[in-house]
Amino acid sequence: METIVMEHIRLPKVENVRLIDTVTSRRASVGTLYLTATHTIFVENETEILTETWVLHSLVFSVEKQASTTTGCPLLVRCKNFQVLQFVIPQERDCHDVHVSLLHLSRPEHYEELYCFSYNANSDREDRRKAWDFINLKAEYSRMGLPNHLWKLTPANHHYKIIGMVSDTYPADLYVPKSATPPVIMGSSKFRSRGRFPTLSYYYKENHAAICRSSQPLSGFSARCLEDEQMLEAIVRSNPRSDFMYVVDTRPKLNAMANRAAGKGYENEDNYSNIKFHFVGIENIHVMRNSLQKMLEVSEAHFPSMSYFLEGLESSGWLKHIKAVVDAGVFITKAIAEEGISVLVHCSDGWDRTAQVCSVASVLLDPYYRTLKGLMVLIERDWVSFGHKFSHRNNHLNGDPKEVSPVIDQFLECVWQLSEQFPCAFEYNERFLITIHHHVYSCQYGNFIGNNQKERTELQEKTHSLWTYLWKNRTDYINPLYRPDHSQTQGVLRPLTAPYCFKFWGALYNRFDRGIHPRQSVMEYLMAIREETQQLEEQLDRMADDIEASSMFAYPWRIGNICTICKENMSEQAKHVFSYGIHIETAVEASSMAGQEGCWYKGQQYARTEGLIM
Amino acid sequence: MEFSEHIKTANVEDVVLRRPFYQPTKGTLCVTGHHLIFSNRGGDSARPFLLLLRNIDAIEKRPSVSSGTITLKCKDLCVLQLDIPGMEECLNIASSIESLSSLETVSEMYPFFYRPPFLSLQDQWGLSSTEQHYAQMKEIHDGWRVSQVNRDYSVSPSYPPAVIVPHSIDDETLVKAARFRQGGRFPVLCYYHRETGTVIMRSSQPLSGANRKRCREDELLLQAVIDGSELGYIIDTRSSQQAQQARMTGGGFESKSCYRGWKRLHRQLEKGKVLQESLIKLVEACGDQSHSVDRWLSKLENSKWLSHVQTALSTAGLVAECVERDGHSVLVHGSEGTDTSLLVSSLAQLILDPDSRTLAGFLGLLEREWVQAGHPFQQRCAHSAYSHVRLRHEAPVFVLLLDCVWQLARQFPLAMGFSEPLLLRLAKEVYASDYGTFLCNSDQERCVTGVKERTHCLFQSLLRANERQHYSNPLYERTELAIWPSIQPPSLQLWKGLFLQWTDDALHLVEAQKVIQNLVSQCHRPLNEKVENTDG
Repeated sequence: METIVMEHIRLPKVENVRLIDTVTSRRASVGTLYLTATHTIFVENETEILTETWVLHSLVFSVEKQASTTTGCPLLVRCKNFQVLQFVIPQERDCHDVHVSLLHLSRPEHYEELYCFSYNANSDREDRRKAWDFINLKAEYSRMGLPNHLWKLTPANHHYKIIGMVSDTYPADLYVPKSATPPVIMGSSKFRSRGRFPTLSYYYKENHAAICRSSQPLSGFSARCLEDEQMLEAIVRSNPRSDFMYVVDTRPKLNAMANRAAGKGYENEDNYSNIKFHFVGIENIHVMRNSLQKMLEVSEAHFPSMSYFLEGLESSGWLKHIKAVVDAGVFITKAIAEEGISVLVHCSDGWDRTAQVCSVASVLLDPYYRTLKGLMVLIERDWVSFGHKFSHRNNHLNGDPKEVSPVIDQFLECVWQLSEQFPCAFEYNERFLITIHHHVYSCQYGNFIGNNQKERTELQEKTHSLWTYLWKNRTDYINPLYRPDHSQTQGVLRPLTAPYCFKFWGALYNRFDRGIHPRQSVMEYLMAIREETQQLEEQLDRMADDIEASSMFAYPWRIGNICTICKENMSEQAKHVFSYGIHIETAVEASSMAGQEGCWYKGQQYARTEGLIM
Repeated sequence: MEFSEHIKTANVEDVVLRRPFYQPTKGTLCVTGHHLIFSNRGGDSARPFLLLLRNIDAIEKRPSVSSGTITLKCKDLCVLQLDIPGMEECLNIASSIESLSSLETVSEMYPFFYRPPFLSLQDQWGLSSTEQHYAQMKEIHDGWRVSQVNRDYSVSPSYPPAVIVPHSIDDETLVKAARFRQGGRFPVLCYYHRETGTVIMRSSQPLSGANRKRCREDELLLQAVIDGSELGYIIDTRSSQQAQQARMTGGGFESKSCYRGWKRLHRQLEKGKVLQESLIKLVEACGDQSHSVDRWLSKLENSKWLSHVQTALSTAGLVAECVERDGHSVLVHGSEGTDTSLLVSSLAQLILDPDSRTLAGFLGLLEREWVQAGHPFQQRCAHSAYSHVRLRHEAPVFVLLLDCVWQLARQFPLAMGFSEPLLLRLAKEVYASDYGTFLCNSDQERCVTGVKERTHCLFQSLLRANERQHYSNPLYERTELAIWPSIQPPSLQLWKGLFLQWTDDALHLVEAQKVIQNLVSQCHRPLNEKVENTDG
């Protein structure tokens, strides 16, 4: 595999390359550009401290060679984590070679070429295997109280085949109403796109109402399917306190109607007894892709006026789409928690908008999904196991650009918007969401490789799991304001969805334009003082023990082994070590700033775990 | 004047009050000379609801046969509703509110009647005088002096009696220079930057007029400021076109040939009617009940409020950059020198000066740069965003300042000694207050009407021990460095705490603030106790 990759590198090293600061476009640094099997590395010349910029090939979204000027040939690299790098390479020929190399390197043809298969996180095979069990969906369903007298686990898809009918995009373990017999499941499966029949996503044990999900029915203009109708009836019956259910079609009505011409469509209320049908109008993947593109153009503009920014934000439509997803989540939450009515959610295939809406509703309904582990479980359940097409949507391999769409990005943003509205309700912080976003694209971990569980099981074995990495470093991701006992934290969240509640998420989309971020962070300050307090408390405890043990009178007031800079300057130190840009310079800067082994080590370690140095 | 003339019905029973965050309650409504008092009939221990009539910006009444509804839109942007039984009562109450809320005689206003037990009228009014301020700045005593040239307000009616000017300029020169500046507002010192020894000055526009008049004394005054160094900057808060046009009406600008060593830069800041309309549009947008994001963003953009915030901060940043990075002195002025000049000079000071970022330092800055410097508060804040009255001199320049300060504090949450509640309190007090601080348009008016003898000072009240804690920033860590704000659009946000303060959204944020406060005090307290124990 290594050799295949190496073949793409036409030019491993170019000197006298300039890296232009795209934000100010004033400063440029001169250095050497290296192409490795996994990263593009830019090393600045003649700086006191080592300044390097590393970019993973899998994070490269596009490489654009621009017209040569007298100073050289500009190469614009846009990344999927919204980093934009502009290099100027002295020789056009070299620029061409780098361009071609990067095009190949950033668009691998085979899964085996992805970074997760070469990334080695210093753990042995056994640990790596065990790490994959960290998030266990069986445990998640039993946490919800399943199986029980209303819902059962069906073996129908255990070999990724519904009896006689392939459903390779669904997980093996599926929960269905107790009364759903195999023929009903099979019949319903045949009547749904890709065999994705209605199955359980979330069960609200307080009142037995459930969120179910599926793909669209193959109803065309008039087709019916008795088993599918029975399937929905079974869902209604598995909620003993209600006599009807909602069917939420997340598409705009027009799109759903157009699908009827292709033999697909939506449920006819006349054929299904006891359903109330409801459209929520979330746009499709193509609209979302273009919308993000427009928004990024606005956010990348150099010193735009306020009006340009707000007009651009409006015309991109991005926040409107985010609001549509949250609105749909709120609708479902009300149905479940307040009315006690079960809901079936679908779109066309049931792996994009359906995943968004089901998971947003889960976050609103259940405080568990507002914890670190809970969000991992939720993503694992509604996205990974239910066949969100990560490889296609996030462009892991060289594929159809029309399949790419920021669907999970929007989910993460919905969670962020909610966390801005309820600052004490979420155990995790913004950095957690941004890190997940980063790794959904980075291909450093095996979690998001492939398009469905079937594909993934074969690939994952050789890779590491993101969740255990995040869990190990969880102190970085804790929201210091989280109050599990707080009134706004308990139970169901009832967010406002007025338009002014939706803000541009600068920390993600302008992640690398550090100039626009708040210059000081409340969260980091609080995290730092908490850590400092803990450290000092431990010190004190130890010293108290020492005093007791040795019964010495004069114990010199020294803070033993820990770095004095850490102690005295903890907030400053923490700011650098944890400062968010995935730039190696940050870590190295922090190390050299601290100037002591303890801190230096910390900085290095941080850089290493982030995959910045190997 | 008797307030009772305006009060036809003083008491109404069974009135229903609807206000944000509360269930509708039934009780008794009482109109007094300065307040609406609503007390809950149930007789529970809850305090009666008190509304300063001055706070009411607009009143809408909908009488019907046997009852009526009055909607009160307040200057603090709160909207209340009163359901009043009896049409006559409803009309009487409405007309009392209308006339009492728009009284214009300063000495009849509530601050002249407010006598809280914790303050005494014998106390010094205000935090500091020009002389006291000067005395504290030892480092400027060589080059600068206090001039009493305006002691009887004859040189400049809107200036305080004492101002700080270059040592080498005598009062006679000042008098002549004042004649060459609109409203007599000759250039005075507002900030001295220790690190570079350069200053920020402010003034009004020079009256050079259509035939480019000169004033030797004015030129001398400015020459004295940059004595020794070769360059100074004049930041004109008008566009160069506006400055040119001002010549037609007797105003003008400092021409390059007459003011050697001074370089003029134009940065257009809106004020007056444009700014007031911007606020009105913004508040209207925030109250829009439609659920379209497009419409919201388009209205937000259309209000231009955030553009004004951006321009104000960027101009202040420019001034600060001249002083700190380039080491050159700056003179700021627009036309009258009572609005945008104050905005820019005070923001620049916040960026540069750590002393102005403490709670007391910030209030001192507001006192010097706004109250004493003659911002016409009474004219600018007569009405807020809801009023239907034809606009005269209203303009939310001070609110814009507070918004910019909030943006600074959001970008540097540890650098300010004061908290958002202080800014919100000021935004409310500037329109309707128990205190006399924001009454009148100038120091002179304040003396004539007896504000300083017969009212209490807000700033002093805010610095009392029990208030201090509420208005202090728990995260404050003093930094000596300048705090350079980002003026990129994504860095500037709508100030929800002010403009959306009556929505649930703001409620959650207030709770979060409390959690932060507890967290900080928790982290510090037990540890200190423990250290003491271990030491023992």
